Amino acid sequence: MEAVYSCFREKLGQVILPGDVFCFDVSAVEGSAVRAERVICGPGLRRNGDEILVYKSGILRHKAPNLYWIDSQQKRYVPVKGESVIGIVTAKSGDIFKVDVGGSEQASLSYLAFEGATKRNRPNVQVGDLVYAQFTIANKDMEPELVCIDSCGRANGMGVFGADGLLFKVSLGLVRRLLAPQSEIVKDLEKIFPFEMVVGLNGRVWVKAKTVQQTLIVANLLESCENMTTQQRQVLFRRVAEGSL
Amino acid sequence: MANDGSAKLSKNLLRMKFMQRGLDAEARKQLEEDEKRIISDEHWYLDLPELKAKESCIVEERSYVPCEDLVYGRMSFRGFNPEVEKLMVLMNAPKEEEDDEEEKDVGRMDTDITDEDMAKRYGSLVESMKRRFAKKRERSSLKDSEEDLNHNVEPSQPKKAFLKPKD
Repeated sequence: MEAVYSCFREKLGQVILPGDVFCFDVSAVEGSAVRAERVICGPGLRRNGDEILVYKSGILRHKAPNLYWIDSQQKRYVPVKGESVIGIVTAKSGDIFKVDVGGSEQASLSYLAFEGATKRNRPNVQVGDLVYAQFTIANKDMEPELVCIDSCGRANGMGVFGADGLLFKVSLGLVRRLLAPQSEIVKDLEKIFPFEMVVGLNGRVWVKAKTVQQTLIVANLLESCENMTTQQRQVLFRRVAEGSL
Repeated sequence: MANDGSAKLSKNLLRMKFMQRGLDAEARKQLEEDEKRIISDEHWYLDLPELKAKESCIVEERSYVPCEDLVYGRMSFRGFNPEVEKLMVLMNAPKEEEDDEEEKDVGRMDTDITDEDMAKRYGSLVESMKRRFAKKRERSSLKDSEEDLNHNVEPSQPKKAFLKPKD
């Protein structure tokens, strides 16, 4: 593990570009061939034989013990298995719904993949509805597939939502900042007034507050968080909380 | 005469089970060898170098969720949507606590049915299973004994008999 870490160490926290290569002495790792001691390369890094290639530009991050990934900014979503996203139902065709998730292709969602759905008891999903769903199949060669239940058959908050409220798009980087544990943006925001929010990893955010005006304020604040320093954000949020905006 | 006859019998006929008895050891051995050759001729294999599936020490992970420990995507604040707030607590709980909860569930399930209930249930089950596996005669005797028991238990009930109508 030391051998692997030493090859990444210099670049940790620095900007790296597509095409960069990380090599390390494979024999050193294989010598301690314990399953838990394998290198995990996260998003932005790709395995190529015994090397690790970079295919996104961004900052190299590391999580102990052996997880490396690239923290990058992008707006185009690429479906990944297991991720939860907000989709828009665009078509109903027989047994499946077509759902727009912002990826290169529309995802399919079976009508049986809802909590409590059976062949006789179809879920009430209309074209234009918003669904919070999870990918079960997502790879570059196949049509992505969504489900609105977990492995135990429970919805766990997935399914159709959002009778009213507002949906808008932000960058994938901001979404990850919102979903980070103990996110500062969310902590600052919840002080202003009560509201509800659904954040999909595909960059879609849905908000709802007590009035349309409040909903719009939250949405605008979130959108403005994209390019603001912590100080700027706190000043802005304070002004909104005081009602001077 | 008999010898001539056996020499003319076909191989397939000799291979049949009822012919095996009459065969001597040598002929039997030869037959077995023939059979083996047929099988090994039919058995074919690819002439390839042995594949060594070398397990890579690099694993790919496409999602940011495990990297950055991203939380559950539905959020509600200050009681706007209590259902979602309940879900948030549930989904954002650390993994170990989830395990604890499961254990608790198991404990509660145990208390649902007490040991006594269990014993009672299995006691009656033994009786019915015994009935099922009993032979016909035994079963009838079982029934008789039960009826006897019943009679013993309720002797107070008057036996119904045909009442002759009075003229």
